Amino acid sequence: MDWDIVIGIETHIQLKTKSKQFSGASTAYGNEPNSQACLVSLAYPGLLPVLNHESVNCAIKLGLAINAKIARRSIFARKNYFYPDLPKGYQISQMELPIVGPGYLSINANEKKKDVRILRAHLEEDAGKSSHGVSQGKTGIDLNRAGTPLLEIVTEPDMNSAEEAVAYAKKLHELVQWIGICDGNMQEGSFRCDVNVSVKKKGTEVLGTRREIKNLNSFKFIKQAVDYEVNWQIETLEDGGKIDQATILFNPETGETKAMRSKEEANDYRYFPDPDLLPLLVTEEQIDEIKKLMPKLPDEMQESFKKELGLSEYDASEIASDSEVTKYFLALVDSKVNPKLSANWILGNLYSRLNEEEININQSPIDSQRLAELIKRIEDSTISNNAAKKVFDFIWDKSSITVDQAIDELGLKQISDSGEIDILVDQVLKNNQLMVEEYRSGKDKAFNALVGQVMKASKGKANPSQVSELLKQKISK
Amino acid sequence: MTIRKKDIEKIAHLARINISQEESQKLENKLVGIMSLIDKMQTVDTANIEPMSHALDISQPLRKDEVTESDLRKNILPLAPETEEYLFIVPQVIE
Repeated sequence: MDWDIVIGIETHIQLKTKSKQFSGASTAYGNEPNSQACLVSLAYPGLLPVLNHESVNCAIKLGLAINAKIARRSIFARKNYFYPDLPKGYQISQMELPIVGPGYLSINANEKKKDVRILRAHLEEDAGKSSHGVSQGKTGIDLNRAGTPLLEIVTEPDMNSAEEAVAYAKKLHELVQWIGICDGNMQEGSFRCDVNVSVKKKGTEVLGTRREIKNLNSFKFIKQAVDYEVNWQIETLEDGGKIDQATILFNPETGETKAMRSKEEANDYRYFPDPDLLPLLVTEEQIDEIKKLMPKLPDEMQESFKKELGLSEYDASEIASDSEVTKYFLALVDSKVNPKLSANWILGNLYSRLNEEEININQSPIDSQRLAELIKRIEDSTISNNAAKKVFDFIWDKSSITVDQAIDELGLKQISDSGEIDILVDQVLKNNQLMVEEYRSGKDKAFNALVGQVMKASKGKANPSQVSELLKQKISK
Repeated sequence: MTIRKKDIEKIAHLARINISQEESQKLENKLVGIMSLIDKMQTVDTANIEPMSHALDISQPLRKDEVTESDLRKNILPLAPETEEYLFIVPQVIE
C-alpha cells in the first residue's frame, strides 16, 4: 500500500538578546549554575515581568522575513504545568493573538520549490535545566536558562518527506541567523525542532494520528528520526495496529524513536491570559523602523546575484544559502574581481579545502582579500587557472607570504613574452608535421593536441589563448 | 455546564492542591454556583465585541535589553533545603 507522509515542525529559537525575556538577568551560555538566576527567574512572589523590547523587535524581524502578518495587538498567556525547572508553575507564552501571524517560507527539496506555510510565531520563555542523577536519586536545577527569550515558529503540516523537513529546518536556521535574531548554535540549544509526523493512505484527505518527536537539535537527527518514525508508523498500520498520539524522543545512539512515559493529564495546560502582562501593542511606525534595518533576504540576494552579477541559478543559491559565504563573496566582488570567477573559486577550491579541514568560511586562512589578489593574477594572465590552484594550496597555511611571492617562488608566471612563445611554437610545429597535416585536412582535434604540446614545452607557463592564436596564424600561413 | 466531584479532583491534582472530602463538597457547591453565573453570562451576544484580555486598556511597557541583575547566589542558595555545586537539589524527576 502507498502512504502519504505529513510533517509539521515547531521550532524554538533562542533570541539573540543580552538579557532575559522578562527580567534584566544575563542570558549568557555556560556560566556557573544559578549565577544568572535573578528573583524573577526564581519566581519570587510579588515580582512583575517586564517584556524585553529587543525580543519584540526580533519577532517583528522574523515576521517581515516570512511575509507574515504582524499583530498590532498581541497578548501573553500562562501555560500551567509543574516541573522543578519551572519555579513559577507556568511558562509565559502566547496562545490567542500571537505576535506573528500566518506567513510562509520557500524551500527547495528534491529539486522542487515549495512554499511551507507558517501558521504563527509567538514569544515565550525558556525553562531552567535539570541534571538528573547528580547524586543517587537527586536532580540538580540550574535556573540560568530560565526566562531566556524564545520565539516558537509553527508550520502548517505542509512537508511530505524527511528531505523537505530538513530543507525547511535548514532554510529557517539560515534565515534567523541572516536577520540576526538567533546565533543558530544547535549544540547549545539555540535552535531546536519538534517534528510532528503522521501518515495516511495515499490520496485520502483525513490526516492520520500524529506523534511529536521532541527536541531535535541537528539536521542529521531530523532526517534519521523522521525516516525511522515513518517506517514505524507504516509498519504498525499495515500490521493492523493503531497509532496513539504521543510525545516521543529520538535516541541518536540507536537511531530509534520511542514514546515518553505518557504523563497523566498531559497537555492540560489550562492556558489563560497572564494578568501580570498588559496587551502588547505594535505600531506601524515601529514596524517601518525595523523594515529599514532589515538586510536583503537570502532569496532576494540570490535573485540579484543572478540578475546583476550573472551567476548561474546553482551558484547563486549556493552562495546565498549562507550569510558568511555571501559576505566573503561580496568582498571579492567589491575588490573588482569577476563575480563568476569568484563564485567558482569559493564553491570549488575554497569549499573543498574548508570541508577537508572541517572549518567555516570565516575561519578560512585565506581571507577574501587574499583570494581576490590570487584571482586577479588569473584575470591579468600572470598565471593560468591551474597554476592558481597550486598557488592556492601553497599559500593556504603560509599567511606571511604574498600571492606574488608565491607565484615567483613556485615559478608559475605565465610566459607572455611573444618572442619566447614564438620559439616554442616553431619547435612544436617542426616536430609534429603529421599533426599539422591532420589539422589542415579537417581534424580539429589535432589542433588541441598541438596547443597541448606547446603548453607542455612551456611547462604549463604559456598563456593558452596566446598559444592558440599564434598557432593559428602560423599554420594558416 | 456543571461541575462534578471528579472535575474538582482533577483540577486540584493539576494545581497540586490537597483537598479533603469535606472541602471538596464545599467547593463543589460554590463552583456549581459560579458555573451557573458563567452560563448566564454566556447568553449575552458578544459577536461584535472585541475580547478583553486585561482590565487595563493600555499598552505594555517595554524594558531596554540591558543586563541589570547580578549574581545572587550568596543570598539565595542558603534558602534552599539542599544545594550541591551551586545547583538546587530536588528529588529525582525522571521523564
